[in-house]
Amino acid sequence: MASAPRLTRDDVAHVAALARLHLTEEELDLFTGQLAEVLDHAADVAQLDLADVPPTAHAMAVTNVLRPDTVTPTLDRDEVLAAAPSVEDHRFRVPRILGEAP
Amino acid sequence: MTVPRSAFDLAAAVRSGETGALDVLGTYLAAIDAGDGEINAFNLVTREAAREAAIAVDHKVAAGEDPGLLAGVPVALKDNMCTRGVPTTCSSRILDGWRPPYDATVVTRLREAGAVVVGKTNMDEFAMGSSTENSAFGPTRNPNDTSRVPGGSSGGSAAAVAAGFAPVALGSDTGGSIRQPAALCGVVGMKPTYGTVSRYGLVAFASSLDQIGPFATTVADAALVFEVIGGHDPADSTCLDRPAPRVLSVLDEGIQGMTVGVLTEFLDGVDADVVARTRQAADACAAAGARVEEISVPEVRLGLSAYYLIAPAEASSNLARYDGVRFGLRVDAEDTTAMNTATRSAGFGAEVKRRIMLGTYALSAGYKDAYYDQALRVRTKIIDAFDRAYRRCDVLLGPTAPSTAFSIGAKSSDPMSMYLSDVCTIPSNLAGHPAISIPFGTGDDGLPIGVQLLAPALAENTLLRAAAVIEAAANSMEGREG
Repeated sequence: MASAPRLTRDDVAHVAALARLHLTEEELDLFTGQLAEVLDHAADVAQLDLADVPPTAHAMAVTNVLRPDTVTPTLDRDEVLAAAPSVEDHRFRVPRILGEAP
Repeated sequence: MTVPRSAFDLAAAVRSGETGALDVLGTYLAAIDAGDGEINAFNLVTREAAREAAIAVDHKVAAGEDPGLLAGVPVALKDNMCTRGVPTTCSSRILDGWRPPYDATVVTRLREAGAVVVGKTNMDEFAMGSSTENSAFGPTRNPNDTSRVPGGSSGGSAAAVAAGFAPVALGSDTGGSIRQPAALCGVVGMKPTYGTVSRYGLVAFASSLDQIGPFATTVADAALVFEVIGGHDPADSTCLDRPAPRVLSVLDEGIQGMTVGVLTEFLDGVDADVVARTRQAADACAAAGARVEEISVPEVRLGLSAYYLIAPAEASSNLARYDGVRFGLRVDAEDTTAMNTATRSAGFGAEVKRRIMLGTYALSAGYKDAYYDQALRVRTKIIDAFDRAYRRCDVLLGPTAPSTAFSIGAKSSDPMSMYLSDVCTIPSNLAGHPAISIPFGTGDDGLPIGVQLLAPALAENTLLRAAAVIEAAANSMEGREG
Protein backbone atom coordinates (compact mmCIF):
# COMPACT_ATOMS: atom_id res chain seq x y z
CA MET A 1 0.00 0.00 0.00
CA ALA A 2 1.35 3.43 -0.90
CA SER A 3 2.14 5.72 1.98
CA ALA A 4 -0.16 8.65 2.64
CA PRO A 5 1.10 12.16 1.83
CA ARG A 6 2.80 14.06 4.66
CA LEU A 7 0.48 15.81 7.08
CA THR A 8 0.03 19.53 6.38
CA ARG A 9 -0.94 22.48 8.56
CA ASP A 10 -4.29 22.62 6.72
CA ASP A 11 -4.92 18.95 7.53
CA VAL A 12 -4.36 19.68 11.22
CA ALA A 13 -6.69 22.70 11.12
CA HIS A 14 -9.36 20.57 9.42
CA VAL A 15 -9.01 17.74 11.94
CA ALA A 16 -9.11 20.19 14.86
CA ALA A 17 -12.40 21.59 13.56
CA LEU A 18 -13.82 18.05 13.23
CA ALA A 19 -12.77 17.33 16.83
CA ARG A 20 -14.27 20.62 18.11
CA LEU A 21 -10.90 22.03 19.14
CA HIS A 22 -9.74 25.57 18.53
CA LEU A 23 -5.98 25.81 18.05
CA THR A 24 -3.86 28.94 18.24
CA GLU A 25 -1.44 29.69 15.37
CA GLU A 26 1.44 28.51 17.59
CA GLU A 27 -0.38 25.27 18.46
CA LEU A 28 -1.07 24.64 14.77
CA ASP A 29 2.64 24.98 13.95
CA LEU A 30 3.74 22.84 16.89
CA PHE A 31 1.15 20.07 16.44
CA THR A 32 1.68 19.81 12.68
CA GLY A 33 5.34 18.90 13.20
CA GLN A 34 4.66 16.58 16.13
CA LEU A 35 1.78 14.71 14.51
CA ALA A 36 3.67 14.38 11.22
CA GLU A 37 6.51 12.74 13.14
CA VAL A 38 4.15 10.17 14.68
CA LEU A 39 2.61 9.44 11.28
CA ASP A 40 6.08 9.11 9.73
CA HIS A 41 6.83 6.47 12.36
CA ALA A 42 3.53 4.78 11.46
CA ALA A 43 4.69 4.42 7.87
CA ASP A 44 6.07 0.98 8.87
CA VAL A 45 2.46 -0.10 9.43
CA ALA A 46 0.88 1.88 6.58
CA GLN A 47 3.22 0.40 3.98
CA LEU A 48 2.72 -3.31 4.80
CA ASP A 49 0.77 -5.51 2.44
CA LEU A 50 -1.84 -6.97 4.78
CA ALA A 51 -4.76 -7.43 2.38
CA ASP A 52 -5.14 -11.09 3.42
CA VAL A 53 -4.96 -10.43 7.18
CA PRO A 54 -8.30 -9.92 8.96
CA PRO A 55 -8.53 -6.90 11.29
CA THR A 56 -8.81 -7.31 15.08
CA ALA A 57 -10.88 -4.62 16.78
CA HIS A 58 -11.06 -6.48 20.07
CA ALA A 59 -8.56 -9.06 21.37
CA MET A 60 -10.99 -10.87 23.69
CA ALA A 61 -14.15 -10.47 21.66
CA VAL A 62 -17.40 -11.52 23.32
CA THR A 63 -20.73 -11.52 21.54
CA ASN A 64 -24.41 -11.44 22.45
CA VAL A 65 -23.87 -10.45 26.06
CA LEU A 66 -27.20 -10.74 27.84
CA ARG A 67 -28.32 -10.40 31.44
CA PRO A 68 -31.45 -11.54 33.27
CA ASP A 69 -34.34 -9.17 32.58
CA THR A 70 -34.64 -7.92 36.15
CA VAL A 71 -35.27 -4.38 37.28
CA THR A 72 -32.30 -2.82 39.10
CA PRO A 73 -31.92 0.71 40.45
CA THR A 74 -30.67 3.34 38.00
CA LEU A 75 -28.75 6.50 38.81
CA ASP A 76 -30.64 9.10 40.81
CA ARG A 77 -31.83 11.85 38.44
CA ASP A 78 -31.17 14.73 40.81
CA GLU A 79 -27.69 13.44 41.61
CA VAL A 80 -26.86 13.19 37.89
CA LEU A 81 -28.28 16.63 37.08
CA ALA A 82 -26.39 18.15 40.02
CA ALA A 83 -23.16 17.51 38.09
CA ALA A 84 -24.32 19.40 34.99
CA PRO A 85 -23.08 22.91 34.22
CA SER A 86 -26.64 24.16 33.51
CA VAL A 87 -30.06 22.60 34.17
CA GLU A 88 -33.64 23.70 33.59
CA ASP A 89 -36.82 21.76 34.42
CA HIS A 90 -34.89 18.51 35.12
CA ARG A 91 -33.14 18.74 31.75
CA PHE A 92 -29.63 19.62 30.58
CA ARG A 93 -29.65 23.22 29.34
CA VAL A 94 -27.50 24.25 26.35
CA PRO A 95 -27.05 27.48 24.40
CA ARG A 96 -29.01 27.83 21.17
CA ILE A 97 -28.29 25.31 18.45
CA LEU A 98 -26.57 26.80 15.39
CA GLY A 99 -28.96 28.11 12.74
CA GLU A 100 -32.06 28.28 14.90
CA ALA A 101 -33.71 31.60 15.54
CA PRO A 102 -33.64 32.51 19.25
CA MET B 1 3.64 0.70 66.87
CA THR B 2 5.03 -1.10 63.83
CA VAL B 3 2.59 -1.71 61.06
CA PRO B 4 3.35 -4.55 58.64
CA ARG B 5 4.54 -3.38 55.21
CA SER B 6 2.65 -5.93 53.09
CA ALA B 7 -1.09 -5.90 52.54
CA PHE B 8 -1.13 -9.61 53.28
CA ASP B 9 0.39 -9.28 56.76
CA LEU B 10 -1.54 -6.12 57.43
CA ALA B 11 -4.91 -7.71 56.69
CA ALA B 12 -3.96 -10.73 58.80
CA ALA B 13 -3.05 -8.47 61.74
CA VAL B 14 -6.31 -6.52 61.44
CA ARG B 15 -8.43 -9.66 61.00
CA SER B 16 -6.93 -11.26 64.10
CA GLY B 17 -7.51 -8.10 66.14
CA GLU B 18 -3.78 -7.71 66.76
CA THR B 19 -3.77 -4.29 65.03
CA GLY B 20 -6.63 -1.83 64.60
CA ALA B 21 -7.58 -0.61 61.13
CA LEU B 22 -7.74 2.94 62.47
CA ASP B 23 -4.17 2.67 63.79
CA VAL B 24 -3.00 1.35 60.43
CA LEU B 25 -4.69 4.25 58.67
CA GLY B 26 -3.10 6.73 61.07
CA THR B 27 0.36 5.41 60.21
CA TYR B 28 -0.21 5.78 56.46
CA LEU B 29 -1.88 9.20 56.72
CA ALA B 30 1.13 10.39 58.74
CA ALA B 31 3.43 9.15 55.96
CA ILE B 32 1.34 11.00 53.38
CA ASP B 33 1.37 14.18 55.47
CA ALA B 34 5.12 13.99 55.90
CA GLY B 35 6.03 13.13 52.31
CA ASP B 36 3.41 13.97 49.72
CA GLY B 37 4.11 17.69 49.69
CA GLU B 38 7.27 16.80 47.79
CA ILE B 39 6.08 13.73 45.82
CA ASN B 40 2.59 14.96 44.76
CA ALA B 41 1.28 11.40 44.38
CA PHE B 42 -2.25 12.37 45.42
CA ASN B 43 -4.78 14.67 43.79
CA LEU B 44 -6.98 14.18 46.85
CA VAL B 45 -6.57 12.47 50.24
CA THR B 46 -9.96 11.22 51.46
CA ARG B 47 -9.10 11.48 55.13
CA GLU B 48 -12.56 11.50 56.73
CA ALA B 49 -14.11 8.82 54.53
CA ALA B 50 -11.05 6.66 55.20
CA ARG B 51 -11.47 7.12 58.95
CA GLU B 52 -15.11 6.04 58.73
CA ALA B 53 -14.18 2.99 56.66
CA ALA B 54 -11.43 1.99 59.10
CA ILE B 55 -13.76 2.38 62.08
CA ALA B 56 -16.33 0.17 60.32
CA VAL B 57 -13.67 -2.53 59.84
CA ASP B 58 -12.68 -2.33 63.51
CA HIS B 59 -16.34 -2.66 64.53
CA LYS B 60 -16.71 -5.78 62.38
CA VAL B 61 -13.64 -7.36 63.95
CA ALA B 62 -14.92 -6.51 67.44
CA ALA B 63 -18.32 -8.02 66.59
CA GLY B 64 -16.73 -11.24 65.33
CA GLU B 65 -17.84 -10.64 61.72
CA ASP B 66 -15.59 -11.37 58.73
CA PRO B 67 -14.06 -7.99 57.80
CA GLY B 68 -12.85 -9.21 54.39
CA LEU B 69 -9.64 -10.25 52.65
CA LEU B 70 -8.24 -6.71 52.62
CA ALA B 71 -9.43 -5.74 56.10
CA GLY B 72 -7.97 -2.38 57.04
CA VAL B 73 -5.59 -2.25 54.07
CA PRO B 74 -5.15 1.34 52.83
CA VAL B 75 -5.44 1.57 49.07
CA ALA B 76 -4.80 4.46 46.68
CA LEU B 77 -6.92 4.79 43.52
CA LYS B 78 -5.83 6.29 40.24
CA ASP B 79 -7.99 9.36 39.69
CA ASN B 80 -9.74 7.88 36.65
CA MET B 81 -11.80 5.45 38.78
CA CYS B 82 -15.20 6.78 39.78
CA THR B 83 -15.86 7.29 43.48
CA ARG B 84 -19.40 8.29 44.39
CA GLY B 85 -19.59 11.86 45.65
CA VAL B 86 -15.79 12.17 45.64
CA PRO B 87 -14.05 14.24 42.94
CA THR B 88 -12.71 12.18 40.01
CA THR B 89 -10.64 14.38 37.72
CA CYS B 90 -8.45 12.24 35.42
CA SER B 91 -5.97 15.07 36.22
CA SER B 92 -7.85 17.18 33.69
CA ARG B 93 -9.28 20.67 33.99
CA ILE B 94 -12.30 19.46 32.03
CA LEU B 95 -13.37 17.22 34.96
CA ASP B 96 -12.13 19.44 37.79
CA GLY B 97 -14.75 19.37 40.53
CA TRP B 98 -16.83 16.55 39.01
CA ARG B 99 -18.32 14.21 41.59
CA PRO B 100 -19.44 10.91 40.02
CA PRO B 101 -22.90 9.63 40.98
CA TYR B 102 -21.60 6.05 41.30
CA ASP B 103 -18.63 3.90 42.36
CA ALA B 104 -16.55 1.93 39.87
CA THR B 105 -17.02 -1.83 40.32
CA VAL B 106 -13.39 -2.20 41.49
CA VAL B 107 -14.04 0.40 44.18
CA THR B 108 -17.16 -1.44 45.37
CA ARG B 109 -15.22 -4.72 45.50
CA LEU B 110 -12.34 -3.16 47.44
CA ARG B 111 -14.76 -1.65 49.97
CA GLU B 112 -16.61 -4.96 50.36
CA ALA B 113 -13.27 -6.66 51.08
CA GLY B 114 -12.58 -4.21 53.91
CA ALA B 115 -10.01 -2.06 52.10
CA VAL B 116 -9.74 1.59 53.13
CA VAL B 117 -9.54 4.06 50.23
CA VAL B 118 -7.06 6.77 51.25
CA GLY B 119 -7.22 8.95 48.15
CA LYS B 120 -7.12 9.57 44.42
CA THR B 121 -3.74 9.59 42.72
CA ASN B 122 -2.20 11.85 40.10
CA MET B 123 -1.86 10.67 36.50
CA ASP B 124 -1.19 11.84 33.00
CA GLU B 125 -4.36 13.58 31.83
CA PHE B 126 -6.90 10.92 30.77
CA ALA B 127 -4.04 8.35 31.12
CA MET B 128 -2.26 9.76 28.07
CA GLY B 129 1.43 9.87 28.85
CA SER B 130 4.39 7.98 30.28
CA SER B 131 5.70 10.35 32.94
CA THR B 132 2.76 11.85 34.93
CA GLU B 133 3.91 15.27 33.73
CA ASN B 134 0.74 15.81 31.63
CA SER B 135 -1.34 16.61 34.71
CA ALA B 136 -3.42 19.72 35.37
CA PHE B 137 -2.22 19.41 38.98
CA GLY B 138 1.55 19.37 38.37
CA PRO B 139 3.93 16.44 37.97
CA THR B 140 4.40 13.58 40.44
CA ARG B 141 8.00 13.01 41.51
CA ASN B 142 9.78 9.66 41.75
CA PRO B 143 10.30 8.78 45.44
CA ASN B 144 13.68 7.18 44.58
CA ASP B 145 14.98 10.48 43.15
CA THR B 146 12.68 13.49 43.15
CA SER B 147 14.37 15.04 40.10
CA ARG B 148 13.05 12.08 38.05
CA VAL B 149 9.62 11.17 36.76
CA PRO B 150 7.73 8.22 38.29
CA GLY B 151 6.68 7.00 34.85
CA GLY B 152 3.07 7.03 33.76
CA SER B 153 0.35 7.29 33.23
CA SER B 154 -0.41 5.75 36.67
CA GLY B 155 2.61 7.55 38.17
CA GLY B 156 0.77 8.74 41.28
CA SER B 157 -0.29 5.21 42.24
CA ALA B 158 3.22 3.81 41.62
CA ALA B 159 4.82 6.63 43.61
CA ALA B 160 2.30 6.22 46.45
CA VAL B 161 3.25 2.55 46.91
CA ALA B 162 6.98 3.21 46.46
CA ALA B 163 6.90 6.04 49.04
CA GLY B 164 4.98 3.96 51.59
CA PHE B 165 1.83 6.12 51.36
CA ALA B 166 -0.26 2.98 50.75
CA PRO B 167 0.67 -0.71 50.69
CA VAL B 168 -1.30 -1.25 47.47
CA ALA B 169 -2.87 0.90 44.76
CA LEU B 170 -4.88 0.52 41.58
CA GLY B 171 -3.84 1.79 38.18
CA SER B 172 -5.04 1.37 34.63
CA ASP B 173 -2.89 0.06 31.79
CA THR B 174 -3.71 0.92 28.17
CA GLY B 175 -0.20 0.73 26.72
CA GLY B 176 1.92 0.08 29.81
CA SER B 177 0.53 2.64 32.25
CA ILE B 178 0.76 0.24 35.22
CA ARG B 179 3.92 -1.69 34.32
CA GLN B 180 6.19 1.16 33.19
CA PRO B 181 5.67 3.34 36.31
CA ALA B 182 5.99 0.21 38.49
CA ALA B 183 9.39 -0.43 36.89
CA LEU B 184 10.53 3.18 37.26
CA CYS B 185 9.42 3.38 40.91
CA GLY B 186 10.64 -0.08 41.98
CA VAL B 187 7.33 -1.75 42.78
CA VAL B 188 5.28 -4.64 41.37
CA GLY B 189 2.67 -3.71 38.74
CA MET B 190 0.34 -6.11 36.97
CA LYS B 191 -1.89 -5.79 33.92
CA PRO B 192 -4.38 -8.68 33.95
CA THR B 193 -5.92 -10.27 30.86
CA TYR B 194 -8.37 -7.92 29.12
CA GLY B 195 -11.83 -8.62 30.50
CA THR B 196 -10.84 -10.21 33.81
CA VAL B 197 -11.36 -6.97 35.77
CA SER B 198 -14.46 -4.85 35.23
CA ARG B 199 -13.99 -1.46 33.58
CA TYR B 200 -17.36 -0.18 34.86
CA GLY B 201 -16.60 3.24 36.34
CA LEU B 202 -13.14 3.48 34.79
CA VAL B 203 -13.10 6.65 32.71
CA ALA B 204 -12.55 5.36 29.18
CA PHE B 205 -9.39 6.15 27.19
CA ALA B 206 -9.08 3.34 24.62
CA SER B 207 -11.79 0.83 25.45
CA SER B 208 -10.35 -2.21 23.64
CA LEU B 209 -7.02 -1.79 25.49
CA ASP B 210 -7.80 -0.31 28.94
CA GLN B 211 -7.43 -2.69 31.88
CA ILE B 212 -7.33 -2.07 35.65
CA GLY B 213 -4.67 -3.77 37.76
CA PRO B 214 -2.75 -3.59 41.04
CA PHE B 215 0.45 -1.97 42.28
CA ALA B 216 2.06 -3.60 45.33
CA THR B 217 5.37 -4.14 47.05
CA THR B 218 5.17 -7.92 46.60
CA VAL B 219 3.87 -10.34 43.97
CA ALA B 220 1.63 -11.95 46.61
CA ASP B 221 -0.02 -8.60 47.40
CA ALA B 222 -0.64 -7.96 43.70
CA ALA B 223 -2.20 -11.43 43.44
CA LEU B 224 -4.37 -10.76 46.50
CA VAL B 225 -5.71 -7.50 45.08
CA PHE B 226 -6.30 -9.16 41.69
CA GLU B 227 -8.42 -11.83 43.40
CA VAL B 228 -10.51 -9.15 45.13
CA ILE B 229 -11.12 -6.92 42.08
CA GLY B 230 -11.37 -9.64 39.40
CA GLY B 231 -14.34 -11.62 38.16
CA HIS B 232 -17.43 -11.14 36.06
CA ASP B 233 -19.44 -7.93 36.25
CA PRO B 234 -22.74 -7.62 34.38
CA ALA B 235 -22.23 -3.83 34.29
CA ASP B 236 -19.30 -4.21 31.85
CA SER B 237 -20.33 -6.07 28.71
CA THR B 238 -16.67 -6.71 27.79
CA CYS B 239 -15.98 -8.36 31.16
CA LEU B 240 -15.46 -12.10 30.66
CA ASP B 241 -18.15 -14.35 32.12
CA ARG B 242 -15.78 -16.35 34.29
CA PRO B 243 -15.48 -16.91 38.03
CA ALA B 244 -13.27 -14.61 40.11
CA PRO B 245 -9.58 -15.42 39.64
CA ARG B 246 -7.93 -17.71 42.16
CA VAL B 247 -4.17 -17.26 41.93
CA LEU B 248 -2.79 -17.05 45.48
CA SER B 249 -2.68 -20.80 45.97
CA VAL B 250 -0.21 -21.35 43.09
CA LEU B 251 2.37 -18.69 43.94
CA ASP B 252 4.86 -21.07 45.55
CA GLU B 253 4.59 -23.83 42.95
CA GLY B 254 7.80 -22.78 41.20
CA ILE B 255 8.63 -23.02 37.50
CA GLN B 256 10.36 -26.40 37.29
CA GLY B 257 9.86 -27.69 33.75
CA MET B 258 8.46 -24.43 32.33
CA THR B 259 9.96 -22.84 29.26
CA VAL B 260 10.84 -19.15 29.59
CA GLY B 261 11.45 -17.30 26.31
CA VAL B 262 13.70 -14.24 26.40
CA LEU B 263 12.06 -11.93 23.85
CA THR B 264 15.01 -10.71 21.79
CA GLU B 265 13.20 -7.77 20.12
CA PHE B 266 12.66 -6.28 23.58
CA LEU B 267 16.45 -6.14 24.13
CA ASP B 268 17.06 -3.90 21.08
CA GLY B 269 17.44 -0.21 21.76
CA VAL B 270 17.33 -0.78 25.51
CA ASP B 271 20.01 0.54 27.92
CA ALA B 272 22.85 -1.92 28.67
CA ASP B 273 22.17 -2.01 32.42
CA VAL B 274 18.52 -2.91 31.74
CA VAL B 275 19.58 -5.71 29.37
CA ALA B 276 22.04 -7.01 32.00
CA ARG B 277 19.32 -7.17 34.66
CA THR B 278 16.95 -8.92 32.24
CA ARG B 279 19.64 -11.54 31.54
CA GLN B 280 20.15 -12.01 35.30
CA ALA B 281 16.41 -12.58 35.69
CA ALA B 282 16.58 -15.20 32.92
CA ASP B 283 19.46 -16.89 34.76
CA ALA B 284 17.33 -16.95 37.91
CA CYS B 285 14.58 -18.74 35.98
CA ALA B 286 17.11 -21.31 34.76
CA ALA B 287 18.42 -21.77 38.29
CA ALA B 288 14.83 -22.45 39.41
CA GLY B 289 14.57 -25.31 36.92
CA ALA B 290 13.01 -23.64 33.88
CA ARG B 291 14.25 -24.13 30.35
CA VAL B 292 15.38 -20.71 29.14
CA GLU B 293 15.69 -19.92 25.44
CA GLU B 294 15.85 -16.85 23.26
CA ILE B 295 12.84 -16.27 21.08
CA SER B 296 12.26 -13.78 18.31
CA VAL B 297 8.80 -12.31 17.72
CA PRO B 298 9.53 -9.73 15.00
CA GLU B 299 5.90 -8.58 14.76
CA VAL B 300 6.12 -6.86 18.17
CA ARG B 301 8.26 -4.18 16.50
CA LEU B 302 5.10 -2.99 14.75
CA GLY B 303 3.27 -2.62 18.06
CA LEU B 304 4.23 0.98 18.75
CA SER B 305 2.92 2.30 15.44
CA ALA B 306 -0.25 0.23 15.61
CA TYR B 307 -0.90 1.36 19.17
CA TYR B 308 -0.42 5.05 18.40
CA LEU B 309 -3.10 4.75 15.72
CA ILE B 310 -5.59 2.47 17.53
CA ALA B 311 -5.47 4.09 20.99
CA PRO B 312 -5.88 7.68 19.70
CA ALA B 313 -8.65 6.53 17.33
CA GLU B 314 -10.60 5.03 20.24
CA ALA B 315 -9.78 8.04 22.42
CA SER B 316 -11.04 10.51 19.83
CA SER B 317 -14.40 8.77 20.00
CA ASN B 318 -14.47 8.25 23.80
CA LEU B 319 -13.51 11.84 24.57
CA ALA B 320 -16.29 13.24 22.39
CA ARG B 321 -18.44 13.05 25.55
CA TYR B 322 -16.61 16.06 27.05
CA ASP B 323 -18.85 18.59 25.36
CA GLY B 324 -19.77 20.85 28.27
CA VAL B 325 -23.36 19.58 28.40
CA ARG B 326 -23.80 16.95 31.10
CA PHE B 327 -20.84 17.21 33.49
CA GLY B 328 -17.53 18.94 34.05
CA LEU B 329 -16.33 22.23 32.64
CA ARG B 330 -18.43 24.50 30.42
CA VAL B 331 -17.07 27.61 28.74
CA ASP B 332 -20.11 29.57 27.59
CA ALA B 333 -20.48 30.78 24.03
CA GLU B 334 -23.26 32.08 21.77
CA ASP B 335 -24.30 28.69 20.40
CA THR B 336 -23.80 25.04 21.29
CA THR B 337 -21.11 24.24 18.72
CA ALA B 338 -19.06 27.24 19.84
CA MET B 339 -19.63 26.23 23.48
CA ASN B 340 -18.40 22.67 22.73
CA THR B 341 -15.27 24.02 21.05
CA ALA B 342 -14.53 26.64 23.72
CA THR B 343 -15.01 24.06 26.50
CA ARG B 344 -12.79 21.42 24.92
CA SER B 345 -10.08 23.91 23.94
CA ALA B 346 -9.87 25.29 27.48
CA GLY B 347 -10.36 21.97 29.28
CA PHE B 348 -7.94 19.59 27.54
CA GLY B 349 -4.15 19.77 27.81
CA ALA B 350 -1.77 19.59 24.84
CA GLU B 351 -1.19 15.81 24.87
CA VAL B 352 -4.90 15.03 24.97
CA LYS B 353 -5.47 17.43 22.05
CA ARG B 354 -2.66 15.74 20.10
CA ARG B 355 -4.15 12.29 20.64
CA ILE B 356 -7.67 13.38 19.77
CA MET B 357 -6.41 14.91 16.54
CA LEU B 358 -4.22 11.95 15.71
CA GLY B 359 -7.17 9.61 16.22
CA THR B 360 -9.58 11.81 14.31
CA TYR B 361 -7.10 11.93 11.43
CA ALA B 362 -6.51 8.14 11.48
CA LEU B 363 -10.29 7.62 11.23
CA SER B 364 -11.01 10.35 8.69
CA ALA B 365 -12.15 9.77 5.13
CA GLY B 366 -9.22 8.99 2.87
CA TYR B 367 -6.86 7.96 5.67
CA LYS B 368 -8.81 5.28 7.59
CA ASP B 369 -7.70 2.49 5.24
CA ALA B 370 -4.03 3.42 5.43
CA TYR B 371 -3.90 4.01 9.16
CA TYR B 372 -6.68 2.69 11.42
CA ASP B 373 -7.70 -0.38 9.39
CA GLN B 374 -4.07 -1.23 8.71
CA ALA B 375 -3.28 -0.99 12.44
CA LEU B 376 -6.12 -3.44 13.21
CA ARG B 377 -4.57 -5.93 10.76
CA VAL B 378 -1.20 -5.51 12.46
CA ARG B 379 -2.97 -6.27 15.72
CA THR B 380 -3.99 -9.64 14.26
CA LYS B 381 -0.39 -10.26 13.16
CA ILE B 382 0.90 -9.56 16.68
CA ILE B 383 -1.67 -11.86 18.29
CA ASP B 384 -0.82 -14.67 15.83
CA ALA B 385 2.90 -14.18 16.47
CA PHE B 386 2.40 -14.40 20.24
CA ASP B 387 0.31 -17.55 19.76
CA ARG B 388 3.23 -19.14 17.85
CA ALA B 389 5.68 -18.11 20.60
CA TYR B 390 3.45 -19.62 23.28
CA ARG B 391 3.48 -22.98 21.52
CA ARG B 392 7.13 -23.13 22.53
CA CYS B 393 7.18 -21.05 25.71
CA ASP B 394 5.02 -20.83 28.82
CA VAL B 395 6.00 -17.23 29.54
CA LEU B 396 8.07 -14.56 27.82
CA LEU B 397 10.63 -12.39 29.58
CA GLY B 398 11.99 -8.95 28.75
CA PRO B 399 12.55 -5.53 30.21
CA THR B 400 9.55 -3.40 31.18
CA ALA B 401 10.99 -0.06 30.07
CA PRO B 402 14.02 0.86 27.93
CA SER B 403 15.71 2.85 30.73
CA THR B 404 15.48 3.75 34.39
CA ALA B 405 13.46 6.84 35.37
CA PHE B 406 14.33 9.88 33.23
CA SER B 407 14.56 13.46 34.45
CA ILE B 408 11.47 15.63 34.77
CA GLY B 409 11.23 17.69 31.59
CA ALA B 410 13.60 15.46 29.56
CA LYS B 411 10.95 14.21 27.13
CA SER B 412 7.98 16.48 27.73
CA SER B 413 8.53 18.57 24.58
CA ASP B 414 9.12 15.57 22.30
CA PRO B 415 6.02 13.32 22.11
CA MET B 416 7.65 10.67 19.91
CA SER B 417 10.53 10.08 22.35
CA MET B 418 7.98 9.83 25.18
CA TYR B 419 5.93 7.27 23.19
CA LEU B 420 9.04 5.09 22.82
CA SER B 421 8.99 4.51 26.63
CA ASP B 422 6.07 2.14 25.98
CA VAL B 423 7.69 0.02 23.30
CA CYS B 424 8.01 -3.11 25.50
CA THR B 425 4.62 -2.86 27.18
CA ILE B 426 2.29 -2.08 24.26
CA PRO B 427 2.22 -5.53 22.60
CA SER B 428 0.47 -7.13 25.60
CA ASN B 429 -2.33 -4.55 25.42
CA LEU B 430 -2.83 -5.10 21.71
CA ALA B 431 -3.05 -8.86 22.34
CA GLY B 432 -5.18 -8.52 25.50
CA HIS B 433 -2.64 -10.67 27.35
CA PRO B 434 -1.56 -10.44 31.00
CA ALA B 435 1.88 -9.10 31.95
CA ILE B 436 3.65 -8.02 35.11
CA SER B 437 6.64 -5.86 36.03
CA ILE B 438 8.80 -7.05 38.92
CA PRO B 439 11.54 -4.89 40.50
CA PHE B 440 14.92 -6.46 39.72
CA GLY B 441 17.88 -4.56 41.11
CA THR B 442 19.05 -1.15 40.06
CA GLY B 443 20.76 0.45 37.06
CA ASP B 444 24.11 2.21 36.79
CA ASP B 445 22.45 5.32 38.22
CA GLY B 446 21.21 3.43 41.29
CA LEU B 447 17.56 3.69 40.20
CA PRO B 448 15.14 0.73 40.05
CA ILE B 449 14.88 -1.56 37.04
CA GLY B 450 11.82 -3.69 36.33
CA VAL B 451 11.74 -6.91 34.37
CA GLN B 452 8.57 -7.93 32.60
CA LEU B 453 6.89 -11.30 32.26
CA LEU B 454 4.26 -11.89 29.58
CA ALA B 455 1.83 -14.81 29.36
CA PRO B 456 -1.02 -15.95 27.11
CA ALA B 457 -4.59 -14.82 27.73
CA LEU B 458 -5.96 -16.01 31.10
CA ALA B 459 -2.63 -17.59 32.12
CA GLU B 460 -2.29 -15.42 35.24
CA ASN B 461 -1.43 -18.53 37.27
CA THR B 462 1.64 -19.24 35.15
CA LEU B 463 2.54 -15.56 35.04
CA LEU B 464 2.43 -15.14 38.82
CA ARG B 465 4.31 -18.38 39.54
CA ALA B 466 7.18 -17.13 37.39
CA ALA B 467 6.91 -13.65 38.91
CA ALA B 468 7.29 -15.12 42.40
CA VAL B 469 10.50 -16.88 41.32
CA ILE B 470 11.96 -13.67 39.89
CA GLU B 471 10.95 -11.75 42.99
CA ALA B 472 12.71 -14.27 45.23
CA ALA B 473 15.84 -14.01 43.07
CA ALA B 474 15.73 -10.21 43.26
CA ASN B 475 15.42 -10.35 47.03
CA SER B 476 18.40 -12.69 47.43
CA MET B 477 20.42 -10.62 44.93
CA GLU B 478 19.67 -7.52 46.99
CA GLY B 479 20.99 -9.34 50.04
CA ARG B 480 24.24 -10.20 48.21
CA GLU B 481 24.75 -6.81 46.61
CA GLY B 482 23.88 -5.17 49.93
